[in-house]
Amino acid sequence: MTTQNLESETPTPEDSKMWTARLRNAWQRNLPIDKLLPDTQPAYVASWIYVFGVLTIAAFVDILISGLILAFAGPAWYHTSSLGLFVNSLHFWGVQLFFVFMVVHLWGKFWMAAWRGRRTATWITGMVAFLASIGTAFTGYLIQTNFDAQWIAFEAKDGFNAVGIGAFFTPTNIGQIMLIHVALLPLVLGVITVMHVLLVRKHGVVPPIDALPEIEA
Amino acid sequence: MKSQTAKQAFDAAPWTGRVRKYDIVKEATIAVVIVSMLVVLLSLIFSSPDDKQLTFRDWAKTNPTNFYATTVQELAGTSESAGYGPPYNNASAGLNVGPLWLQKWAGVTHPVDVPNDLVITPLTLSVLSAREASALATWKAATPDQQTTWATAYDTAIGDADGNYTAAAPGDYGPVPVLANALTNVAAQGSLDALLLAGGNFYSTDNTKQILFFGDGAYLDDAATAANLQGNTWGMMNETGRYPGQAWLWLYSIWYQIPPFINEESAPFGSNADAYIMFVVLGLTAGLMFAPLIPGLRSIPRVIPLHRKIWKSYYSEENIKRRK
Repeated sequence: MTTQNLESETPTPEDSKMWTARLRNAWQRNLPIDKLLPDTQPAYVASWIYVFGVLTIAAFVDILISGLILAFAGPAWYHTSSLGLFVNSLHFWGVQLFFVFMVVHLWGKFWMAAWRGRRTATWITGMVAFLASIGTAFTGYLIQTNFDAQWIAFEAKDGFNAVGIGAFFTPTNIGQIMLIHVALLPLVLGVITVMHVLLVRKHGVVPPIDALPEIEA
Repeated sequence: MKSQTAKQAFDAAPWTGRVRKYDIVKEATIAVVIVSMLVVLLSLIFSSPDDKQLTFRDWAKTNPTNFYATTVQELAGTSESAGYGPPYNNASAGLNVGPLWLQKWAGVTHPVDVPNDLVITPLTLSVLSAREASALATWKAATPDQQTTWATAYDTAIGDADGNYTAAAPGDYGPVPVLANALTNVAAQGSLDALLLAGGNFYSTDNTKQILFFGDGAYLDDAATAANLQGNTWGMMNETGRYPGQAWLWLYSIWYQIPPFINEESAPFGSNADAYIMFVVLGLTAGLMFAPLIPGLRSIPRVIPLHRKIWKSYYSEENIKRRK
């Protein structure tokens, strides 16, 4: 490679208009690495309520692992195998803990009014994650291939049909529900969760409501 | 207004006050380990619920009278499925909320021809006796009006006999008694589950016809009542056995426990309760999602100062009194 070739590949000021350069610059401006992976937190982040966000993500990781095993083994595996029943139990209790953690996290953030300081998008992505979680859990209950699943399918169809959703979302169609539960919703939930966490890191943890005493609220 | 703006700017600005050490990677790792241990422990101690699925074979063997009567209803078009409306058929307009007929507007996207799909086609695909095959041929050769006349007359007679077809008054029911008996036999042999699912094809993953047929009889309903799963006892939110269910559906299930929705089919919402409840839940969910943008709602955490508990140590260390 000649010196001339090297010079021709050196970025010029005009290159900052490249889409890639713009994306990189925007990322570095909004979320530098020390914000993404901080080693300090504001002093007010000193309550057990703050651990429920990361506990929710931890439970989500567990659910994904047990769900992956169940997906490979098939929906009827756990009816006939003790190992299958154990993996199903891991999935079941993972979901139960996930929701306990998530609901405590949600209400904790509500009572902190955690949307203050341009954090509305953080709150809304959290709520979308909550709704996506409900949808994921609901479709999971529909593919249990047991009596509970039969009853839930029978009951739920009426609610969805009543408002027209049943025309394209069919709780009684296990093929459709299986794909939505295994392929679509975990992906949606994962993407929303990443967005939510990145927003938390970008804006930081909301200050206490009374943290600015010299100014009238 | 100026102080409010300053407060918002303060909330949005990077924190410049005291900080403490925080190892985010270590925290996440510890969280995964602890939660995983908890999940394993709960699984080992409590396992998970798995009540055996119901089958048409069990229904026809344990309660053949009810299965038989339900089959007659399917032929007569008097079952819940036959009169359901969209997305299965046009027998009714479906539910509405005021001028919004969403169920009707969404259309029949999942057509189910109840007498044929649930009774006649499964019989056509089965090995029948000469008498049963003759009855099936008679039914197929009859006009729709004649079919309805036979089946509804028999359905009424069975209803008058409190659902016991053996006590039904004699009458001109055409081939209906033989067909109902034939399908009961097919179900008891264990063939109907697959016939309804695949309809003579190899592949199928759609259980709609099975669920609709189940819902028309007493077998599924009785099992749900016994398991405490009915709508007026928190329904889908419950789980079989003594396990926690989908507790996160409480905001949906609660409306079925309180007036006026607890009295389904009665005023003021009549049979439209399902549709109204969906709208109520949608509205409440939207309210929570957009709480930051709703005056009044977004001020609740300031008015009810639970945050004084959350940030108690910080407020104490900084000697910060409650703001009014």
